[in-house]
Amino acid sequence: MLEIRNLHASVEGKEILKGLNLSIKAGEVHSIMGPNGSGKSTLAQVLAGHEAYEVTEGEVLYNGKDLLDMESDVRACEGVFLAFQYPVEIPGVSTNYFLRAAMNSIRKYRGEEELDAIDFLQVVKEKTKIVEMDEGLLQRNVNEGFSGGEKKRNEIFQMAVLEPSLAILDETDSGLDIDALKIVAGGVNQLRRPDRSMLVITHYQRLLDFIVPDFVHVLVDGRIEKTGGKELALELEDKGYSWIEGAASTAV
Amino acid sequence: MIEVQEQQNQLTPYIDQFERFEQDSELSPAHFLPIRKAAIARFAELGFPTNRDEDWRFTNVAPIANMVTSPASQRTAEVSPSDVSPFLYPELDGPLLVFVNGRYCASLSHTQSMPDGVRVLNLAEAISAGDPVIEEHLARHACYQDRAFAALNTALFEDGVVVHVSKGATPDKTIQVLFITSPESVATVAYPRVLVVADESSQVSIVESYASVGPGDYFVNSVTEVVAGANATVDICRVEHEGDNGFHIGSLHLHQYRSSRVQYHLMSLGGRLISHDVYALLDGEGIDCSLNGFYVVEGKQQVDNHLWVDHAKPHCDSREFFKGVLADQGRGVFCGRIIVREGAQKTDAKQTNQSLLLSDRAQIESNPQLEIFADDVKCTHGATIGQISEESMFYLQSRGLSKAAARNMLVYAFAAEVMATLKILPVKTKLEAELFSRLPRLETTSA
Ligand SMILES: Nc1ncnc2c1ncn2[C@@H]1O[C@H](COP(=O)(O)OP(=O)(O)O)[C@@H](O)[C@H]1O
Ligand SMILES: [Mg+2]
Repeated sequence: MLEIRNLHASVEGKEILKGLNLSIKAGEVHSIMGPNGSGKSTLAQVLAGHEAYEVTEGEVLYNGKDLLDMESDVRACEGVFLAFQYPVEIPGVSTNYFLRAAMNSIRKYRGEEELDAIDFLQVVKEKTKIVEMDEGLLQRNVNEGFSGGEKKRNEIFQMAVLEPSLAILDETDSGLDIDALKIVAGGVNQLRRPDRSMLVITHYQRLLDFIVPDFVHVLVDGRIEKTGGKELALELEDKGYSWIEGAASTAV
Repeated sequence: MIEVQEQQNQLTPYIDQFERFEQDSELSPAHFLPIRKAAIARFAELGFPTNRDEDWRFTNVAPIANMVTSPASQRTAEVSPSDVSPFLYPELDGPLLVFVNGRYCASLSHTQSMPDGVRVLNLAEAISAGDPVIEEHLARHACYQDRAFAALNTALFEDGVVVHVSKGATPDKTIQVLFITSPESVATVAYPRVLVVADESSQVSIVESYASVGPGDYFVNSVTEVVAGANATVDICRVEHEGDNGFHIGSLHLHQYRSSRVQYHLMSLGGRLISHDVYALLDGEGIDCSLNGFYVVEGKQQVDNHLWVDHAKPHCDSREFFKGVLADQGRGVFCGRIIVREGAQKTDAKQTNQSLLLSDRAQIESNPQLEIFADDVKCTHGATIGQISEESMFYLQSRGLSKAAARNMLVYAFAAEVMATLKILPVKTKLEAELFSRLPRLETTSA
């Protein structure tokens, strides 16, 4: 489904990703862990098509197509979804209105019929249950005045509505208490499907107790330095990142 | 010397226009002639403002001063119902008065459905009939001593609207007034004049629109006087739809008495130059004054809003809330002065001006001014100038919205906050739709 080869990306002239390789098959859940500033969010933003990040080398194939060649809205229409580490507040636009516009844009791209307000509401009400989200939030402006937890739930809720085939979750667990974490992770688990892949970026091993990944990768200084199964996360929890960082620097 | 000569040349056509008013006893009955004379004399002394005048620093009225105009009312114009329908609100089934080139047009108006307790008159008739409301109020609130354009209008207006709501009357229908200009091969000037008097504990709602049909150059010089009597409620929405070659200099002179509530909207949606002054005198305790504005400028258009809110008495609230979208090489000026007089304790005055710039060449001058002579007051002002947020754009696009759709959504959202305060529903619906349909053009002109 996703094939990243030798990806180099920089922001404001500074190289952040320095030759990253990653391959994700349909239905797999991959987790990326790594210290602050190692480039996790940069990877997520590059995959979603943020223009501030410049890809200087390498390629990304998504279902065999050149992902980097697509505008970010086309990527979304093709089924790529990013749950933002810091969801953006959009004053003046209700969640309901925004999400219907997004959904219809995607449906139109796929040649499907657009949903009217009533049908849409039906779909959406069902999906709020997945993350136990208060329906009242639908009438509120996108993320405006939402608590940290509400914002993260809203991201997963949007994912549930838009039904992507590749979901990238950037620290969706950060800042959540254990109850909220369980709800969000539970939502993500309900959305796991054989034809849907996930890239779960996290800073804390705890999330992986709830969303159990097929693979764990460790990102250090713009490169994946180690890959393993879910037990690698536990090892990182024990030892921290320094042993990998150390190995990485001696390898240079 | 040359400059003085030039000034004289600019004023002459207007001073010549006045001759007609001296002889015409219908237009200038004995009680009103002295006011007209004083106004034209004042205009002759003041002349057109220049960039050296503080209030006109960012606004060049030379194109108006140098425009050789003839009075629009002297020309016959063919204006059909389909010409005016884009500017009307058919869901409002109250009285409608349409003026073409400054003259009342009976065939386009209908005044049958006049609610009880309300008189809606055309000003020309009211003046020649010597209506007592005219004597008491006309040109008593719009001070022309320091304002050249108000002086010019006072000297030369021919027609307009008088709305008089008697004590305690609360008509449930909104009154519509439309001033339409039909510019021709020669540049024309029209002087619309509106007087609204809401007596004690009465209520009134008015839509006051200005528009044009046809492509020629023209100048509209309007003055509106509004008197909100004690405990009265007044809701006025002014919509300016001037054409690309239209210059409109207008002013509102609002006199509020004890415990009155006024909600005013100033929607500037088109015109080469739209400059509007609002003078609000809060002349009694417990007044509520809400002044809202929205403007869109594109091309080389300019919109100015100058507001003076004069808190003369204690315990009054004023709210100024103005938002503008500026595309292309559009320019905007916002000047808001809040004056709190000695003894006007417990004043609560708030002023907000927010601008969204859609292009690097668009400009806004935002200038709040406070003059406070009382110590127990709350006055706040805030001006923000922003652009479309890249992060918001990316967020929307990452959910599947095209760049154009994302941008439109954000511009529309910016405007929605002011639109939401429009109380007259058909006006709100129509203006929202109009704005929405204009968004794609704003986008391409700014790209
Ligand atoms: N938009 C940006 N502008 C400037 N620097 C950035 C930007 N985004 C990320 N960086 C820098 O890139 C590096 C990696 O950041 P990031 O990808 O957010 O790391 P992580 O998500 O792993 O904590 C950091 O040094 C950060 O300061
Ligand atoms: Mg990050």
